[in-house]
Amino acid sequence: MEVIKIENITRIFKTGKVETQALRGVSLSIESGEFTALVGPSGSGKTTLLQLIGCLDQPTSGHVFINGKDVSQLNRNQRADMRRGTIGFIFQFFALIPTLTAYENIEMPLLLNGHSASERRERIMQLLESVDLTGRAAHRPDQLSGGEQQRVAIARALASKPALILADEPTANLDTPNGKQVMETMTRLNQETGVTFVFATHDPRVIQYARRVITLRDGSIVENSAEEKTSPGE
Amino acid sequence: MIQLFKMAFRDLGRNRRRSFFSSLALGMGLALLLLMAAFIRGEMNGAMDLTIRLQSGHLQIRAQSYDESKTSLKWQDLIENPETVAGQITALPPVIAATPRLFASGIVSIRDESAGVRVFGIDPLSEANAPYRAGLMSGEFLTAGDREGLLIGQPLAEKLGLKAGDQVSLSVNTSNGDVAEQPFTIRGVYSTQTNGFDSVTVFLPLAKAQAIAQAENHASTIFVLLKDRAQTEAVAAALQSSNYKVLTWTKMNEIIIQTEELANSYMSIFYLIVLAITATVIVNTLIMSVFERTREIGILTAIGMKGRRIMAMFLAESTLLAVGGILMGLVLGFLVVAYFTKYGFYIGNMGVTMLFGNTIYAELTLEDTVRLTILTFVITLLAGFYPAMLAARMEPVEALRAGQ
Repeated sequence: MEVIKIENITRIFKTGKVETQALRGVSLSIESGEFTALVGPSGSGKTTLLQLIGCLDQPTSGHVFINGKDVSQLNRNQRADMRRGTIGFIFQFFALIPTLTAYENIEMPLLLNGHSASERRERIMQLLESVDLTGRAAHRPDQLSGGEQQRVAIARALASKPALILADEPTANLDTPNGKQVMETMTRLNQETGVTFVFATHDPRVIQYARRVITLRDGSIVENSAEEKTSPGE
Repeated sequence: MIQLFKMAFRDLGRNRRRSFFSSLALGMGLALLLLMAAFIRGEMNGAMDLTIRLQSGHLQIRAQSYDESKTSLKWQDLIENPETVAGQITALPPVIAATPRLFASGIVSIRDESAGVRVFGIDPLSEANAPYRAGLMSGEFLTAGDREGLLIGQPLAEKLGLKAGDQVSLSVNTSNGDVAEQPFTIRGVYSTQTNGFDSVTVFLPLAKAQAIAQAENHASTIFVLLKDRAQTEAVAAALQSSNYKVLTWTKMNEIIIQTEELANSYMSIFYLIVLAITATVIVNTLIMSVFERTREIGILTAIGMKGRRIMAMFLAESTLLAVGGILMGLVLGFLVVAYFTKYGFYIGNMGVTMLFGNTIYAELTLEDTVRLTILTFVITLLAGFYPAMLAARMEPVEALRAGQ
């Protein structure tokens, strides 16, 4: 089943009278449960593509379907609903709310989705365990290492049991051991939960975890290796 | 909702000093408003109380044709047998005292100096005249049978260089249009702490005033004091008669009521200006907070938070700042008002057309406190709308890019 289907999308940014074409007629589809890397040099359009898939932005032309629904023309609130229910995000900066504890950061999407307190508690403890941070629940981001913060962000992205998780350079600000731990956590959760992961990276050590690699250059897909790869741990 | 306020509380705690001073600015604004409202009410209530005690009473009974502006002494404009009328009124249960008074205009002269005065002929024994007796600064109070004595106010005595025991000449208009002049001895110098009254009013015993003004057995008015101001209309209705007109304190003191209304209108504008200034501080604080947390707003949007919830988050911060500011303002305001309620604020000699005491005492009512607190809260909340909308309208992509 296709989680993502993209039909001939373009994205043009205007700065004054200058137009920059970030994506040029990109089409692709990603099946449920895939673990896909978007690779390419800076400015190739990886982040823009992730933002369009993540309903954070809208294409200039073309269509983006998430779980069969065309999200290209949704209004702000409808896109927020789509993100809340279907998509989880992991960013390269450790995108946690600094005033909230690890527990409360993970709780945020569950609150937005109207889960009861007991449901939230059960789900958060389960997620903290799955990212190996059970003892860090009451810590605030400034009391956690970069790797721990990113694992909290992974747990938060998984909180609402989304169909799709989008990660933009998830290891860019981590040292090698922490980056490895984050990628291994993502790989394991992909296998355990079957949730689809799409992540942008230009780090070769991260690319090797992907089972599918889509290469972008100058806003176009130049390579789409749809063959199944084995993860480095296997 | 609890989570929303918990988050808002913690967000304000990121920069405690800034949040504290923003709330303090609001608090000082509210304290200023409470103080101003208390002064206006104190000044106006004080002026009204003084005027009732010294000049108008709660009610006055006058002849139908009496024209106060002309201080008429013609017999047809006066009340005949005023002691009898006053006695009848005193018998009514709500009445503390009813006493006849005769008003005349005159001139006090000493050597080559003189001053225009209002001559009050009063019954020295009446309870209604207790404030004058209480204000005796030197000498003695009048007695009913005194035929040569008068009381003079302290400012007038100082102006003319007079003291108790001195001789003055008093010229008084009479009922037939002549002027009668007689020497008098100053029995005492009084002060009601009300310059506008004391500097122009001279007291004579009623009988002597009637004699010199040739208004025997007549009075300009019956001055009535009630136990409770609220009973004025009921007593006025009971006293209605075709022979007399009954004037209530509201009718006689319209200028004070109108002045109070005018003052309140001006003060409403002043309140809004003060609150607009303090609201600007809140707006500034929240806008800074929005810009500092742009990326966080992007994160919250990315995980599905809608604009209205982001808006609610900032409005919650504005509410907490308002609540903090209001609490500080109430404490600060109550302390300052309590000081001025006890010790007052000396304003010196004021009051030409109205009677103001020399000192204003603050008088804060529950109504004013609640009204100004609600006004402060609402304006602060409204001020929070702009930054809250700014946050809610941020494009997620732009917000996430901030600071990168």
